[in-house]
Amino acid sequence: MTRRFVPALLVWLAFVAACIGIISQTRFTTDLSAFLPASPTAEQQVLVDQLRDGMVSRLLLVGIEGGDAKTRAEVSRSVAHTLRADPAFGVVANGEPIHRERDQVLLFQHRYLLSPAVTPERFTADGLQTAIGESIDLLASPIGMLTKSLLPRDPTGEMMQLLERLDGGNRPAMSEGVWASRDGQRALLLAQTRAAGSDLDNQQAAIANLRGAFAAAVANSQASAAEVKLLISGPGVFAVASRATIKDEVLRLVLISTALIVALLLFIYRSPVALMLGLLPVVSGELAGVVAVSLGFGMVHGITLGFGTTLIGEAVDYAIYLFVQSGDTNDQAAGDPGKQRAFWATIWLGVLTSICGFAALIFAGFPGLAQLGLYSIAGLTAAALTTRFILPHLLPAGFAVRDVSPFGVRLQGFVAVAHRLRWGLLALAVLAAGVIHVNRDRVWNHELSALSPVSAADQALDLALRSDLGAPDVRYMIVVRGADPEAALRAAETVGEHLQPLVDTGAIGGFESAAHYLPSQSRQLARRASLPEGVELANRLRTATADLPLPAERLAPFLADVATARERAPLTRADLDGTSFAMAVDSLLIRQGDHWTALLPLRAPVTGPHAHEVDAAQVRAALAQVTGTEALFIDMKGESDALYGGYLREAVLLSLAGVAAIVVLLAFTLRSPRRVLRVLMPLAAAVLVVVAGLVLAGVALTILHLVGLLLIVAVGSNYALFFDQDNGADGPAPRTLASMLFANLTTVTGFGVLAFSSVPVLQAIGGTVGPGAILALLFAATLARPSCPAAGNPLR
Amino acid sequence: MPNAGVFRLLSIALLAAAGLLHGGFTAAAEDWSLERLMQTLGKQSSGQATFSERKYLAVLDQPVESSGELRFRAPDRLEKITLKPRPESLVLEGNTLTVTRGKKQLVLRLSDYGEVAAFIDSIRATLAGDRATLERTYGLHLSGSAERWTLTLLPRDPRMAEVVLKISIAGTRGQLRQIEILQADGDRSVMEILAMGATR
Repeated sequence: MTRRFVPALLVWLAFVAACIGIISQTRFTTDLSAFLPASPTAEQQVLVDQLRDGMVSRLLLVGIEGGDAKTRAEVSRSVAHTLRADPAFGVVANGEPIHRERDQVLLFQHRYLLSPAVTPERFTADGLQTAIGESIDLLASPIGMLTKSLLPRDPTGEMMQLLERLDGGNRPAMSEGVWASRDGQRALLLAQTRAAGSDLDNQQAAIANLRGAFAAAVANSQASAAEVKLLISGPGVFAVASRATIKDEVLRLVLISTALIVALLLFIYRSPVALMLGLLPVVSGELAGVVAVSLGFGMVHGITLGFGTTLIGEAVDYAIYLFVQSGDTNDQAAGDPGKQRAFWATIWLGVLTSICGFAALIFAGFPGLAQLGLYSIAGLTAAALTTRFILPHLLPAGFAVRDVSPFGVRLQGFVAVAHRLRWGLLALAVLAAGVIHVNRDRVWNHELSALSPVSAADQALDLALRSDLGAPDVRYMIVVRGADPEAALRAAETVGEHLQPLVDTGAIGGFESAAHYLPSQSRQLARRASLPEGVELANRLRTATADLPLPAERLAPFLADVATARERAPLTRADLDGTSFAMAVDSLLIRQGDHWTALLPLRAPVTGPHAHEVDAAQVRAALAQVTGTEALFIDMKGESDALYGGYLREAVLLSLAGVAAIVVLLAFTLRSPRRVLRVLMPLAAAVLVVVAGLVLAGVALTILHLVGLLLIVAVGSNYALFFDQDNGADGPAPRTLASMLFANLTTVTGFGVLAFSSVPVLQAIGGTVGPGAILALLFAATLARPSCPAAGNPLR
Repeated sequence: MPNAGVFRLLSIALLAAAGLLHGGFTAAAEDWSLERLMQTLGKQSSGQATFSERKYLAVLDQPVESSGELRFRAPDRLEKITLKPRPESLVLEGNTLTVTRGKKQLVLRLSDYGEVAAFIDSIRATLAGDRATLERTYGLHLSGSAERWTLTLLPRDPRMAEVVLKISIAGTRGQLRQIEILQADGDRSVMEILAMGATR
């Protein structure tokens, strides 16, 4: 304990208080925001909005398994009935004809405003003759039996026009009157929450309501509760589940790795006081990291916190170095100020090396990565500063940890043996480089889904439910904007006119548009204006039917309907309430800030030369013809993969920049190319072997593995520098060797725990840094300069 | 919803189509019975024929006429190709029904429609000469002789009976000549069948 004990403690406590003050105001999040671009392009913005709040983000896909088909149908009906009364849900569909009648009444009443076939030409004598002739021909077909009863009111077949357009999508199979999987073993239900996909609290509540409705339905049915199972999938389910996983895991990982490291330190120090003091830099580092991210980004992502557990493994090293170094008071070297300075110079160089590596990440456009970079820099700096300037003053008088010199002497023996293996290890590194080169095309995973916290089994269930439900595959969509709904609808109509030829040629299967259900007011008025006035229409109808087997007298209901339609006000969004078109329009026509966006999702053709594949080139060509409105063509999967690919490229470049900065730093401080090389070689070798190992294990590297590799460099640089600096006749002093091994053990423990995480992001870092840290120490020991006289140390 | 209605009618057409394909078989001069008819019908595996159909509808002054081809290929493919007045094809294969009319194509799964599946079962049953299955859906009544018989099918399901009152199939031995469908609203259709050739 020094004279400065009290001031040092006060400074530290003030620091902790300030950190806690800021952290208490910090927003923590687990949503997608860490993976979304900070400054997106227009296309990316659409993607981001869809992921957050789009219609797809609000869908819950539900399967009911077990029991017999009747029981499943009964449960499905009961669940749907409950959810339809639940304000948390907008639309609940399970194949029951819930909206059917209202839908059909609305379509029929407004057919002259909605039908794309309504033009002035269609209501001339010739146009009427053609249209009515077609309707009569249709009666010969079995389909005509359906239209037969409508003929007197709708002889031009407008209703058929509307039904055909609605009929394009894939519908799920039916069993016992409700939707079922193709094999009939599952009843299916689709529920859309009112809450946005990014509103996790309300998503969670909606999912709980769904489970409750299911439990009640099973209780009321004949089936035993054990027999019938509920399966739920969808973006909301994934988001809620991964939030829970991240929360649980972060807590669990912190506890486990803390417990392990504490046990390890107790074993090394044999002193509870040393243990408590040794954790000071760790706590300081973690607090500083969270505070820095909170101040820099306005919020802290759960992943960043999980990553923070890894810092325990690194920050604790500094204290180990300090304690072991100052441990043996009998050693004159400990009291030697020159030796002390050299020791700290090495530590600082290690810290600076790490900072160089991570500094590059701060510039990433991928907020998750930038957070990790800032967190690491702030955390490591705070931990090192605490160790250097606060910790020494807090050490009790006569503070000593167990003398580890004898152990260190034995380690020196190992190092000497290891040195003989250097050619073998170098060969291993070269071999690793060869493996990476051979597999260079599949080293990196270029898909965004690689970062998804969703397990493969859950993804498979999602896919199965999705394909059975024929849920909209929104891979391709066209986006247009307008200052108000009317402008957006008009733009959608313009684009629709350019898309229709592609539907006719089979380049695309079809497209959805809000304008199908709610045409722009101007379009509706134009259609209404196509309808002739009563007497005129009657005259034309007489001429048109002269040669047809359908006398004009039988079409009096048609004349009456047209007369009514001429008086009818254009359809508004409010008129759609209570029909299934309301959801369609709300999903496809969205307010975004001060403008309105209309989405036109494309369907792939079912058959023909382009079966199951939208011909993107033809769509682009068609859109190029659109004038007067800007239409964005978006390939959602392509866009998200490109987004991630961009992050990955950027991260690789930034990492290389970090490595370059490290080289410059080392060259500047060590002032010897050979020493720089000697420090870098073990790090490069460790990185190569780890990457080769991952590639051979069939792991495609993600952006998080890259962060792991940077951490190897950060941690390993300490080892390499110690071996480079502290070389007596037999390499580093025994105590330094021992402290390095202890530091390595705590690092491996901290990261090793992460490798068992079920959050892929954390697992990637753990699985990379754990083995990498061991290898880095091994390579540093093996490749170190053997027993040659100490060269002049420039740090001195 | 339209589909159920469409289906009933498609099924009727297909049922009719199924029947006609069993032409050309000469039965032994034994007592003509439902049992014998089923045996005779069930022995054939594929064939094709032309048809012409007239629909008498209350709403029109004249019947609508259509004509085309009917084809059957064992074990489960059945086609009704209409050439006039507008080209249209109905293809039933396995569980899938495909309707193509102009540029529009409709693909439907039969199993989605419970009552209609019963119709199709009936077709399959007829093709297989499976009288038991046929009788589950219809009351069967056979009249006339082997040379000039008429099989009457009366739907048992009340929902089906709301659409179709009666189906009468007339034929000579294993050859179908005419299928008449009487609908509940009084409209009726008569399909004349002319076998072009049959393979065993």
